Amino acid sequence: MSHDPGMPSTAGPRARTIGQPSARAEARRFATGTGAYVDDLPVHRLLHAAFLRSPVAHGTIVKLDLAPALRMDGVVAAWDGETLAAHCQPVRGVLAHLPAMQAALQWPLARGRVRWVGEPVAIVVAESRAIAEDAAQSIAFEWADLPPLVDPRAALEADAPRLHPELDSNLMFTATVATANVDQAFARAATVVELALRSERVTAMSLEPRGLLAQWDAAQRRLTVRMGTQVPWMMQAVFANVLGLDCDQVRVVAADTGGSFGSKIHCYGDESAVAVAAMLVGRPLRYVVDRLEAFVSDVHARGHEAIVRAAADADGRLTAFEVDDLCGAGPFSIYPRGSVNESRHVLGLTGACYRATEYRARIRVALQNKAIYGQYRGVGHPLACLFTEAAVDAVARRLGVDPLAFRRRNLVPDDAYPHRAPSGARFERLSLCACLDELARLMDYDRLRSDQRAPSVGREPGVYRGIGLAVFVENSNHSSSNYGRGGAPIASRDGATARLTQGGGIHCAIGLTDSGQGVTTAMAQIAADAIGVPLADVRVFMGDTEHTPVSGGNWGSRGTGISGEALWQAGLALRAQLLEAAAALHACSPEALDLVDGVVQRRDDASSLCTLKALAEAIYFRPERFPPGFRPEPAAQRHYAQTEYDGIYTNGASASWVEVDTRTGFVKVLGHWIVDDCGTVINPLLLDEQLRGAAVQGIGQALFEGCLYGTQGELRNATLADYLVPMAAEMPDIHVGHVATPTATSALGAKGGAEAGVTGALASVVNAINDALLPLDAHVLELPVTPERILRAIGALDRR
Amino acid sequence: MKPAPFAYVRAQSVEHALDVLAEHGDDALVLAGGQSLVPMLNLRLVQPAVVLDINALRGLAAIDTDPASGALRIGTLVRHREIASHQTVAARAPLLHDAAPWIAHPAVRHRGTLGGSLALADPAAEWPACAVALDATIRLASRDGGERSVPASAFFQGLYQSERRADELLVGCDFAPPGDDAVFSFRELARRHGDYAAVGLALSARGRPGAWTAMRVVFFGVGDTPVQASACAAALIAGVDFPEAQARLEGELDPRPDLWFSAQAKRHLAVHLLREAWRDLGNPMAGE
Repeated sequence: MSHDPGMPSTAGPRARTIGQPSARAEARRFATGTGAYVDDLPVHRLLHAAFLRSPVAHGTIVKLDLAPALRMDGVVAAWDGETLAAHCQPVRGVLAHLPAMQAALQWPLARGRVRWVGEPVAIVVAESRAIAEDAAQSIAFEWADLPPLVDPRAALEADAPRLHPELDSNLMFTATVATANVDQAFARAATVVELALRSERVTAMSLEPRGLLAQWDAAQRRLTVRMGTQVPWMMQAVFANVLGLDCDQVRVVAADTGGSFGSKIHCYGDESAVAVAAMLVGRPLRYVVDRLEAFVSDVHARGHEAIVRAAADADGRLTAFEVDDLCGAGPFSIYPRGSVNESRHVLGLTGACYRATEYRARIRVALQNKAIYGQYRGVGHPLACLFTEAAVDAVARRLGVDPLAFRRRNLVPDDAYPHRAPSGARFERLSLCACLDELARLMDYDRLRSDQRAPSVGREPGVYRGIGLAVFVENSNHSSSNYGRGGAPIASRDGATARLTQGGGIHCAIGLTDSGQGVTTAMAQIAADAIGVPLADVRVFMGDTEHTPVSGGNWGSRGTGISGEALWQAGLALRAQLLEAAAALHACSPEALDLVDGVVQRRDDASSLCTLKALAEAIYFRPERFPPGFRPEPAAQRHYAQTEYDGIYTNGASASWVEVDTRTGFVKVLGHWIVDDCGTVINPLLLDEQLRGAAVQGIGQALFEGCLYGTQGELRNATLADYLVPMAAEMPDIHVGHVATPTATSALGAKGGAEAGVTGALASVVNAINDALLPLDAHVLELPVTPERILRAIGALDRR
Repeated sequence: MKPAPFAYVRAQSVEHALDVLAEHGDDALVLAGGQSLVPMLNLRLVQPAVVLDINALRGLAAIDTDPASGALRIGTLVRHREIASHQTVAARAPLLHDAAPWIAHPAVRHRGTLGGSLALADPAAEWPACAVALDATIRLASRDGGERSVPASAFFQGLYQSERRADELLVGCDFAPPGDDAVFSFRELARRHGDYAAVGLALSARGRPGAWTAMRVVFFGVGDTPVQASACAAALIAGVDFPEAQARLEGELDPRPDLWFSAQAKRHLAVHLLREAWRDLGNPMAGE
């Protein structure tokens, strides 16, 4: 496969590894089983934790007797919510800039009431995990049932019982936006469509579950936590808050992390309890969530229902969008990010890619007795895209216009930036039309259309094919507008350090983490080009609050764009410092020198002056060789924050080609395409695989995944046998293309690419299925689109 | 996710295994391939006092022919993958050969066993339905009762319940030689490759299109046990039109819904599988 990432001028002639599909140096460790995940870390005097979790969705704690557990051999300690509370602080997951947001205080372990199946109720610390689990099972726990509030609609009824007595309702958050003439636009429209969409809750299900190893150093009064995390610096502040320590008393180290997808950026009660317990027992304490616990304790996401309307005029131009969205977000708002961000994306981005100027939106987030709720790759962007693109297809269908042509007619043109959407969202510079054109070329749209309409050659009768398109935006490179302003301890300014080692190599330190996506290699590429050294000479150290600069962490497609820019700047600075040192050493002007592939050269004739190894030797071992008074500086540190926009939006388009067997309702995805614009591409190999992996998660949500709750708030499919994650055999080839529109807000020009793959996938799969069902005059707007739902939509089950 | 404490016994001989079962009865669970038992232990769905590991009993891992009856005799410890690839099985019990690739994934097929699957009596599994469709004979042994045989159609009693007594070890399964005119069809619908069936069908028949003399139509994933559609089979043998047979099937099938499929949908899919299987047997379908 060839790549044309369209390198921007910023890296210019210096781009040697940026833009190259470099293999991941760090992958060898993982592929050979020599990675070190939390569960692999060797520790002396280690203790293990296990939790008793609530088996009911809503109840009053009547009895909680830890004595049977404490009597067991090998059990060191146990706490319930009341006894642990004396040693820690609760958290409240509200963002200060959203006055309409309310949430209750949350303690690490339930106090008084349990509010979801899986809520941690007691922690047991023992000499082995097996003993801890036996002991947790022995705890005498009795409760009095309370009526579970499962349906968010019911939770918002005026007479619904309040989930938290201290809150005045079960409404966690609501917001509205309306343009001045939206009613007129709908009233005057030649065509109005209205769709009711629903999407089941899903959960990220990373290969490695959450886990942490907490050690309290009583002599230094310092806590060290090694964990699978995306956000070591945020967790430093979180643990400090929960434990009542100063930030600087807490060190958080990101261990190797086997997938995260937004599930490892939160303050979880069980993790807080482990940190508290580690302090109290004074021995290292490890806890790794097992798969059953992951299902009921990791954040869930994407459980929304919405009414979406779109209006078009007589010329087939979209004039207005409207969305009314309801989300059930569990009993607490997850600290510190809150559980309302998905809904806010829906509000900000529905219809935002199109020229329609009128808009109304209402979002409501309800408290309910289901698992805690938060961020999952793409957060609300895939929903906004689904709502928009399903409606756009419906209008095109109503008008009898080809969906590709209809989008071309209605998208915000590529020369209209910066652009402000009717919702207020600001886009620096997008390439919606270019991406759609490239998508049509890549997938050979016209050929697929003729294939679809051809007599069913080689196809069983009853098997229909469909094409689905989706155009999307995805935020990246966030400013402080949400978390910083909201009071969440999440940095938006990242630092990077680059230094010359005594061996002549380059050592970089950044606060970012790598969850397996390969960002370590992308960072090394940035440093290599900025400084002018071979990729192999760069080592990147990440994710340790003791040894790296501050970072907001790796989420929201911000790693490459923010930390990468800091490292680019640090690298340029180091390069200048090294050239000054070389110039001083060789009595020439730094302007006359260049650093290429680790060798200081004379610019005029490209002759070699010295290697970095020789320079390092002089700097560190032979200071006397420099002119008197010259102090070489072999390290540089730079910081970067994006402050011009709330975020730098990326954009793209995706397409799905599906086959629906209307005899069974089974869907086969035959092909999937993504064209993404994330600005400067650092490593197309890693980027393409990120896009593919994200697309798989989107296809999975469209077709397979869903947290199925019963009427009593019990999660009915909390195993990997029953919760259907997408598997390789069901996945199509995923074809990737790029358009490059570098952001002008950084020198590197990189935007994020981690989430774009999922953002369009929901919509393109759903649109493709409904395109296939068009001859049957049927559609499904409920995710996952199961065989049952398709059979019902086409009336196949009516007769019986 | 650790199992509750249990004693582990590795059987040294069949006699040793039967002694342990005689002593512990319901408190002992047999570990064969462990592909269901080990997850059930870790989920604490079962908390036996004793886990009896029979993997050392190589005599129970053979595929051979019973010299007296000519039956294909498959030992309880024979792994799914061996059934899938065994030449004799392919020739003598093609239904098993066709069904084996539908069992889970390669890793599971390399460890999971025929006997373990039959003894577990999971109604969504492939082997119980195949055993019923092929009128197989399940052999059970106990210290005090010796060996006895139970027809597969009588063996499966309910959800994870079978005729096996707590002191008995399922030692193997015999498949009588198929007649010269025997034909088979295996069909399954699963959301993802390797998942338990939403609905599956194991069908065996004798005769030829228009002149069927015997037929077993066995669905799985639709009830508490493999479900024989006897009225439907009788109608097909009698030579009724397919829609009539379909109506019989719809009348006698009362599927248990699962997480993803209602009873209605399962019935609909069962009819679809029957139609596919009917075509597999070479029967002409109206309109084709």
